[in-house]
Amino acid sequence: MTETLLSFEESLERFDPAMGLEVHVELNTNSKMFCGCPTEFGAEPNTQVCPTCLGLPGAMPVVNRTGVESAIRIGLALNCRIAEWCRFARKNYFYPDMPKNFQTSQYDEPIAFEGFMDVDVDGETFRVEIERAHMEEDTGKSLHVGGATGRIHGADHSLVDYNRAGIPLIEIVTKPILGAREKAPQIAKAYVAQLRELIVALGVSDARMDQGSIRADVNLSLSPKGDGGLGTRTETKNVNSLRSVERAVRYEMQRHAAILAGGGSILQETRHWHEDTGITTSGREKSDAEDYRYFPEPDLVPVAPSREWVEELRGTLPENPTVKRARLQAEWGYSDLEMRDTVGAGALALVEQTIAAGASPQAARKWWLSELARRANDTETDIAALGVGPADVAAVQALVDAGTINDKLARQVFEGLYAGEGSPEEIVAARGLAIVSDDGALGAAVDSAIAANPDVADKIRDGKVAAAGALIGAVMKEMRGQADAGRVRELILEKLTPAG
Amino acid sequence: MADAPGPDGTSAARVEITRDEVAHLADLARIDLSDAELDHLAPQLSVILESVASITGVAGEDVPPTSHALPMSNVMREDVVVPGLSAEQALSGAPASEQQRFSVPRILGDEQ
Amino acid sequence: MIRHSAAELAAALEAGETTSVALTRACLDRIAEVDGSVHAFLHVDAEGALAQAEASDARRAAGETRGPLDGIPVAVKDVLATEGLPTTCGSRILEGWVPPYDATVVTRLREAGLPILGKTNMDEFAMGSSTEHSAYGPTRNPWDLDRIPGGSGGGSAAAVAAFEAPLAVGTDTGGSIRQPGAVTGTVGVKPTYGGVSRYGLVALANSLDQAGPVTRTVLDSALLHEVIGGHDPRDSTSIDQPLPALVEAARAGASGDLTGLRVGVVTELGGEGYQPGVLARFTEALDLLVEAGAEVVEVSCPTFVHALATYYLILPAEASSNLAKFDAMRYGLRTWPEGVESPSAEEVMRATRDAGFGDEVKRRIILGTYALSSGYYDAYYGQAQKVRTLISRDFAAAFEKADVLVSPTAPTTAFRLGEKLDDPIAMYLNDLATIPANLAGVPGISVPSGLADEDGLPAGFQVLAPALADDRLYRVGAALETLLAKKWGGPLLDRAHALAEEAAR
Repeated sequence: MTETLLSFEESLERFDPAMGLEVHVELNTNSKMFCGCPTEFGAEPNTQVCPTCLGLPGAMPVVNRTGVESAIRIGLALNCRIAEWCRFARKNYFYPDMPKNFQTSQYDEPIAFEGFMDVDVDGETFRVEIERAHMEEDTGKSLHVGGATGRIHGADHSLVDYNRAGIPLIEIVTKPILGAREKAPQIAKAYVAQLRELIVALGVSDARMDQGSIRADVNLSLSPKGDGGLGTRTETKNVNSLRSVERAVRYEMQRHAAILAGGGSILQETRHWHEDTGITTSGREKSDAEDYRYFPEPDLVPVAPSREWVEELRGTLPENPTVKRARLQAEWGYSDLEMRDTVGAGALALVEQTIAAGASPQAARKWWLSELARRANDTETDIAALGVGPADVAAVQALVDAGTINDKLARQVFEGLYAGEGSPEEIVAARGLAIVSDDGALGAAVDSAIAANPDVADKIRDGKVAAAGALIGAVMKEMRGQADAGRVRELILEKLTPAG
Repeated sequence: MADAPGPDGTSAARVEITRDEVAHLADLARIDLSDAELDHLAPQLSVILESVASITGVAGEDVPPTSHALPMSNVMREDVVVPGLSAEQALSGAPASEQQRFSVPRILGDEQ
Repeated sequence: MIRHSAAELAAALEAGETTSVALTRACLDRIAEVDGSVHAFLHVDAEGALAQAEASDARRAAGETRGPLDGIPVAVKDVLATEGLPTTCGSRILEGWVPPYDATVVTRLREAGLPILGKTNMDEFAMGSSTEHSAYGPTRNPWDLDRIPGGSGGGSAAAVAAFEAPLAVGTDTGGSIRQPGAVTGTVGVKPTYGGVSRYGLVALANSLDQAGPVTRTVLDSALLHEVIGGHDPRDSTSIDQPLPALVEAARAGASGDLTGLRVGVVTELGGEGYQPGVLARFTEALDLLVEAGAEVVEVSCPTFVHALATYYLILPAEASSNLAKFDAMRYGLRTWPEGVESPSAEEVMRATRDAGFGDEVKRRIILGTYALSSGYYDAYYGQAQKVRTLISRDFAAAFEKADVLVSPTAPTTAFRLGEKLDDPIAMYLNDLATIPANLAGVPGISVPSGLADEDGLPAGFQVLAPALADDRLYRVGAALETLLAKKWGGPLLDRAHALAEEAAR
């Protein structure tokens, strides 16, 4: 299982990476792509199915207009050309979670093609060319029973739920990304992050990587440095967080490099990314699977979006992300670095929503880039999937602004939020986190601090007001951080200085 | 697998499909053909192929393909949920089911 | 009673001379009497049909009749999904499958109040021209029980010819309604592609399949066509416009006047390969049309000679993909491979598809897989789609010169069971004259033209019309039917004695 890796640096000394990213976006339409079944996530198994999405003999597909609309909007937002005429095609292969044993997809006539996205990495812009964005349908989901821990290997049999089968997907495929060199992993991550942001802004998907509504496949190959050619590629599947996109690219670069440097050759295959161990393992060897026997889906007629329709949809596009970022940076007063960090953490939309919910720009950034980014990193979770959203963050900050808690206590509120203990207010109440500013309780603590630190008290009496800090610290310690520091200071000075 | 049929479309060329090729196609189509079936099918398929190969070259480059006899486009439905089947109905024909899911033998390969 | 046409039965119901229950029971009795020999049915739903008949009678009593065919029993080809009734497509792989939904055609039959007698036999997945490829045994021709009833819809045609049902629904991908009609002396109509919903029709070749009426008279076909036809939003290829006035056209045609009609005889659909007796009946019928005022013109459709090859590339290609869903995972047969311990899903799929599909199905799946596989697509499937364009152009040019085109429906009368079973090409040639209409999507009808002198078996006269002009089929078909009946002194089926003889034995 363990593969030999070459160090990242050495990999780059000897090879140039070429990358291709395929991102599947599951649309948030009400109904499936080719039938009227609902698309709720997490419904009871096989309750969102009909003859069409179950592939029952005789059933037929009908295209969901909103699915096409979303595809066109995604295409336009990626600066693509929109086909004047295109068709669906059948991609034929056998797999138990695919009801018809063909996937209704698009082949040589995608609805959108030849676009680009400008990706920001470390303040530099890198243009990722989009080859195509096409419409297709999702498969069912299998549960593997018997054997070890629900894995496919060693399972005794599998249980299939077709609720997901037929949910619309848009597959967005980049052209080979060349010349990224050491920035390849970052560019990959930034591309997916920005694409995700775009999808969120378009409102066409839940865009939850953890729930699989955005899934990335990473194609990677290496060629000898300066050679300019394209090597044999592997396709890594199941890369389901932004962080993993970066790690998977890096891992495959190092793995390929080790094999090639050792005189070996790369096997063209599908590989699986394992989030837990941070490695890829060999998946299916591509044998007959290559021959998908595509042909135009005879049960559907062509989609020929009128130019009027396309222009109408162009009018519904959200602000261009680059322009929007510049606007937000100015509005929020962020430095270049602050803005870059925010974008890099995949938190731009989250910060924006937090500000919209009432937090100041600096406070919003502070929480997302310190507390929540750390949490995402520690738990290897997508920052958008922590279970703590913009509204929560704004509510915490509101408590800070109101003086109910301070930043330190706020961190404990976040702990409560991660643990699902309720709203920030409920957590403050339940955990007894509110700052104490009641003179009775504070006065007693101040008195005992003075009594315990007579030398410090003397200094203050001698006019060295700065020494009050030590006493405040003692009071805070006694009150487990929940004392109103300002009031404590006032009380100390009242008690020890004549003017007080 | 096939000799190129004649450019004039009359296809004097013989189109032959070997037993191994039939076996490969059966594999693609997920049909376990017995040896006897392979022996039987290969010559029959050659005969059929030979007769259908006659259309090669009949239509020139400039002829557009017809996938549907009557040209139609943009047939779409509104994005509205309509009632489908109950899980019980969905599973009614299943050879085996468990936990309200279709029970299938162990799956070998990975998803594509 | 069972020998009456559906239109006559409808009139009898209307006049209160009989009831739907009585009609339905008569059909069920007839099925019990003769279907042991004919084997037109794979499944008979006596209980369901009688319940629907009772409901129809109740509606009639309450003055709530749903249409002209309310209460007239119908048989449905087993390729159409029927909720609660087995649907096997003549295949082992679907043995015992009971769909949880109705095909749109079936929904419309139910809504129009037609009791469904049962499901009729067919070549497995509609692949064949003799019904011998049914996994459940062949259907026999009521004219001669040693002969084939045509196919793939031999069951529907035989059921109607044997007076087991006044009406039946068939499907026609390359002639599966018309050719059985011709060899059983019945009427069969393939509507314009998109004219009748395909939702719930288990697809053979999606771009060619079309459901249509199988009846004993042209008027009955028009009546049934109006019930099952029309736009269906669940079929994306369904034509979104009203049907032409078919019943009206059939009634008008029955007057026998065809003044001003231009009838095109297609040079390529006749001559060599056609049985002399079939050609003789065709020529006679043509003469009758002329007597009725029609003008005959000869038209040439040169690319029709490629129709058969085109068809046998498009059909297997589409079929190979359509039939992939029969994989033992969700419904139908599941066969465990022998001698394999803990087989995988993949191995079970392979074993099931080997055990569950018959030879002809396997042949076509392999052929279709080949035609679609990389490197061959352009040469085969792609080329076939182009030739299809040329065939459509031939039709367009021909319809400039003629209002309808005519030919013998099938080159021969019914052949003997087993005669062509192991010669696929010979079998395929049966559909020579019917296939072009499917490739171009135009409608066609087969009307009995008489009995061939050499074997005394029925032959068919095919009329083709431009897309959407299905009404012309009914006008011309009804006229010919009227003129021939006058000449014969009664319907052709009166001369089918095989069953009576069988019964007498």
